[in-house]
Amino acid sequence: MIEQLTKNERQLAIVILLAITIWGMAFAGAGQGDPLGAHGFLIMAAGIAGIFWVISGYFSPEPPADRSDSYYDDPSRAGILFAMAWAVAGMFVGVWIALLLAYPDFTFDAAWASFGRLRPVHTSGVIFGFGGNALIATSFYVMQRTSRARLPDQLSPMFVLYGYNLFCVLAATGYLMGVTQSKEYAEPEWYADLWLTIVWVTYLIVYLRTLARRKEPHIYVANWYYLAFVVVVAMLHIINNLAVPVSFGSAKSYSLFSGVQDAMTQWWYGHNAVAFFLTAGFLGMMYYYLPKRAGRPLYSYRLSIISFWGITFLYMWAGSHHLHYTALPQWVQTLGMTFSVMLIVPSWAAAANALLTLNGAWHKVRDDAVLRFMMMAAVFYGLTTFEGSFLAIRSVNALSHYTDWTVGHVHAGALGWVALITFGSIYASVPWLWKRPAMYSARLVEVHFWLAISGTVVYVLAMWNSGIIQGLMWRTYNANGTLAYSFIDSLVEMHPYYVARAIGGLLFLIGALVGCYNIWMTIRTAPLAAEPTPGAVLEPVGDFPEPAAARQAAE
Amino acid sequence: MFGFHYKLERKAIGFTLAIIGVASIGGLVEIAPLFTIHQTVEEAPDMRVYTPLELAGRNIYVREGCYACHSQMIRTLRDEVERYGPYSLAVESKYDHPMLWGSKRTGPDLARVGGKYSDEWQVAHLVSPRSVVPPSVMPNYAWLLRNDLRTNDLAGNLKAMRAVGVPYTDEMIANAANDALGQANPDDPLAAGVTKRYGEATNVRAFDGVPTRLTEMDALVAYLQILGRLTDAPYKIVASEAAPAVKAQSEAKSP
Repeated sequence: MIEQLTKNERQLAIVILLAITIWGMAFAGAGQGDPLGAHGFLIMAAGIAGIFWVISGYFSPEPPADRSDSYYDDPSRAGILFAMAWAVAGMFVGVWIALLLAYPDFTFDAAWASFGRLRPVHTSGVIFGFGGNALIATSFYVMQRTSRARLPDQLSPMFVLYGYNLFCVLAATGYLMGVTQSKEYAEPEWYADLWLTIVWVTYLIVYLRTLARRKEPHIYVANWYYLAFVVVVAMLHIINNLAVPVSFGSAKSYSLFSGVQDAMTQWWYGHNAVAFFLTAGFLGMMYYYLPKRAGRPLYSYRLSIISFWGITFLYMWAGSHHLHYTALPQWVQTLGMTFSVMLIVPSWAAAANALLTLNGAWHKVRDDAVLRFMMMAAVFYGLTTFEGSFLAIRSVNALSHYTDWTVGHVHAGALGWVALITFGSIYASVPWLWKRPAMYSARLVEVHFWLAISGTVVYVLAMWNSGIIQGLMWRTYNANGTLAYSFIDSLVEMHPYYVARAIGGLLFLIGALVGCYNIWMTIRTAPLAAEPTPGAVLEPVGDFPEPAAARQAAE
Repeated sequence: MFGFHYKLERKAIGFTLAIIGVASIGGLVEIAPLFTIHQTVEEAPDMRVYTPLELAGRNIYVREGCYACHSQMIRTLRDEVERYGPYSLAVESKYDHPMLWGSKRTGPDLARVGGKYSDEWQVAHLVSPRSVVPPSVMPNYAWLLRNDLRTNDLAGNLKAMRAVGVPYTDEMIANAANDALGQANPDDPLAAGVTKRYGEATNVRAFDGVPTRLTEMDALVAYLQILGRLTDAPYKIVASEAAPAVKAQSEAKSP
């Protein structure tokens, strides 16, 4: 990858890596006796390893001057491999903590191995490690194709990808050491947050610079979603993580807001992390890869506009449905519920747009598991958004809140929608990126598909059952007008469902491992043809040729 | 509308600004007024701040991810009030940076757990939950008893809390480490300073059973024992609401 950098970029890379090393040294020195010191050494090691890597390729010849005629895909390839590695790690921890809830002694007498510290490793590992890397990798791929323009330079996309993974490693190792802000899905502490802000602003600049170079007059729908993902996640991240650190040498910080204001800010963030990280970004993926794989133009341009702006506007009001019947003023709860119910319109518009795109290509859905991954993702997206609107209704939420029903709902979205569309998109793009005729084994893709579907269904059904049982037991009264069950009675009833949930998660994890093997073997097979000559835009490749640029379904 | 969009989607910067504008409205309408509307947070003049030991315990609660399974927010529903106690008020978490309302009850709510169990029970339960509650799925936290509590950063922690708006005095900050030692050792002369600065009602006990050694267990149990007891406001409100309800009930029954 270093060969792809120009001389200037190699020098700049060394300067950046030196700065990172010095940052690590400062933390290692200031943070003695604090987890921050350990992170200082980790940052320093990352910087030094990077410097050695750049030096190892420093004297190789510069890339050809006409490189800007072809696409720059090194970051996308690396991002997909990172995504699969995080998927396995994050899902493994997920299965482990699922087992801990069924068999609590299935661990060691060590702080790092307790449920409370492992749980954010699972959530951040799958959301930010797996999902985030897949989004970065595919967004670089899609923005170049739909703009018919190369990324603006070679260094900044690599900075974004590797910098982002440094953030993920800081987050995951921090949790194991007990470094957390306790804000769900925003657990990393102040210094990791500042680092992510730098990386994320660079990401936005890369995106805007690529769009500025585009040869297509219109910006394609997929890019609207990716852009909303990048921009709004930046807003959410900065505002929700405002905090005052104890000192420069301490990992601990105190959030700027407290109590009810903090709760509202947190769930404004939390729900819109779902909206703009787990929905908008992956809709961007879907709007590119699904029409491509199906070989059909997007069904409706107008539906795209309605769903895009509907999602961008309405979601930002919905966060307060996480706080029904709490000390949050009721007018905010009511607004949150109302907008959550309205959200069904743009959500189903997006799901319908995807499924109607498949008209005329349903025989491909039957034959091609990759396209079936994407189709099922759209179906689960529709189901989950319906369930989301339903759960946001106050009286339903009275039963479902605090129970496993929420966990089931989240996983219907995370496994059924996010992971399925990601696996489908990865299977579609691996042969394109590595210039292979097709995936190593179509049958293994099929195996992965069924493992993923059955894992999701087992998981979600188990959590629906346990959640509803919990909710009902907590509110059941006996004939004397007193509560019928103690809390621990409800916990005892959960056991079989917690075992079933672990089995569902295990099936899903095995599917991801099968996927890793298949991708690895695909990369190891011989390339289809010689590297395309510089100056030629990518030629159609393999059994699912990739057209030169997406067609704007404009009217 | 579609014609306008046809033009907008040709401008990258314009499109980005449109996203920022459209996405900002919800948060502005829902969050900003929470800082300005006075009724959002109730008055509670008797509300006190966390002692350094309780704050250290709270930080351990955060560090171990307790909030992932325990909420601290009793909703305004009959079964919750009967199970856990008076529903939670906004004022009760006004010194909570960040709040720990939680989102999931794998274990029970802890908003009013303070004083519900003895220190001995809490310690035994944290070291080995299944020794006191056999069906429990909570992890063992035996290392809390093994780890000495770090006290050299407590003054800095109080200072950072003051920076975000919690009314710690200079005296409280200067004595933070000593107050932590004193609160867990009632026989120590330092103990008097704790009640002087934080009030007579403050718990001053050897929380983990060993007065001479200050452990992380001392801090966490001190925190758990103060949960729901920083102010009497929720009890007063429930009492004032219950009175007319009981009267109405008896009136309905009388004929």
